[in-house]
Amino acid sequence: MANLTSPMPGKVMAIKVAVGDKVEVEDELIILEALKMETPIYAEDAGTVAAIKVKEGEAVKVGDVLVVIE
Amino acid sequence: MWKALQDLIYNGGVVRLLPGHVIMWAIAFTLLYLAVKKRYEPLLLLPIGFGILVVNLPITALMEPNQGLLWYFYHYGIASGIIPPLIFLGLGAMTDFGPVIANPKTLLLGAGAQVGLYFTFFATLLAGFNLREAAAIAIIGGADGPTTIYVGSVLAPHLLGATAVVAYTYMALVPIIQPPIMRLLTTKEERRIVMRNLRPVGSLEKILFPVVTAVVVMLVVPAAAPLISMFMLGNLFKESGVVERLTRASENEIMNATTVFLGIAVGATMTAQTFLQPRVLFIFFMGLFAFAASTATGILLAKVMNLFLKEKINPLIGAAGVSAVPMSARVVHKVGSEANKRTYLLMFAMGPNVAGVIGTLVAAAIFISMLK
Repeated sequence: MANLTSPMPGKVMAIKVAVGDKVEVEDELIILEALKMETPIYAEDAGTVAAIKVKEGEAVKVGDVLVVIE
Repeated sequence: MWKALQDLIYNGGVVRLLPGHVIMWAIAFTLLYLAVKKRYEPLLLLPIGFGILVVNLPITALMEPNQGLLWYFYHYGIASGIIPPLIFLGLGAMTDFGPVIANPKTLLLGAGAQVGLYFTFFATLLAGFNLREAAAIAIIGGADGPTTIYVGSVLAPHLLGATAVVAYTYMALVPIIQPPIMRLLTTKEERRIVMRNLRPVGSLEKILFPVVTAVVVMLVVPAAAPLISMFMLGNLFKESGVVERLTRASENEIMNATTVFLGIAVGATMTAQTFLQPRVLFIFFMGLFAFAASTATGILLAKVMNLFLKEKINPLIGAAGVSAVPMSARVVHKVGSEANKRTYLLMFAMGPNVAGVIGTLVAAAIFISMLK
């Protein structure tokens, strides 16, 4: 089980995966909006998406869990 | 009746049009096009473009001393030195110095980019401009509009329009100008460096920062007082959290109103006589040189700092010392992400980005105090 945490503050603009998807390292999982810029957040681990802990439009801080991968 | 018509024509402006006027119209329309269609810094380029257009219509007397409407805007707003500090009040109310407080090394990076200004200064002197003109042109590399206008109005008013237009144009072009230089001066390994742990910053620190910074800067460089005092006051408004009405007024009404007058007045200085000279074309080249030099020195300072640091900084963030906020921070993030998807530089780049505003401000004050 690995948590993908947010590396920066921002707002969740788009969620690119669904629970059950298989992901590789460096796949685009979430898009955050920060300082009016679209910032893709990439997977740090490979595996299957177990849970998505955020919703579109939600504001996140550094360290907030975005996606859980197993 | 024919006579009345004749008088109307002869007393009007059409018969007094010169080729110079029409060339300035072309420049005005270009700026308006860039602002409206391409959205290049429209908040400034639109009023500047329109100001250029109206001041290059004959016998309107808009810039007639003690008479013209635009002259009053320029005289009481810019020449008096009031508007740029008010814009800094608004900027301070919009700026988050958290990334600088969390990582004070970035203050050095904000200064590093300013070294490029001094290279530009000497290059401009070699090109034949005098000391004050060279300073007004070099400050373009600080990528800060109000500071450029402030220095121009004090040291070289005849170049004010040109330096302002050049500054805003290149600020909009940062995403094109910076990346090649960034890739040239860094290795792929360096660009891949991941930066972590931007520590959270407490509200007390964020309140102390503007006060301490204002006092220190004003003690060391008194000429910076008008700009730094307003910049830090605006920031103090924001961080204190107790004067939301003043913060909102600073970042909205005051900022927007002064931007209107700033733009029109700057555009109004660009008459055909002052602008249509070969040396003005040179300012476009020197402005590009200034941006490039500042990007380079920012990155190089970061690389030097890495020689002494255990936890390496990604040298790309040095380029964000070119304080086009937050544009160059975004560019830094993108170039970093291209090299390594795991590095998220945006918030780290904001440190040098906002520190660079202070750096440019100090550089401007040094130029002014030595050359005035």
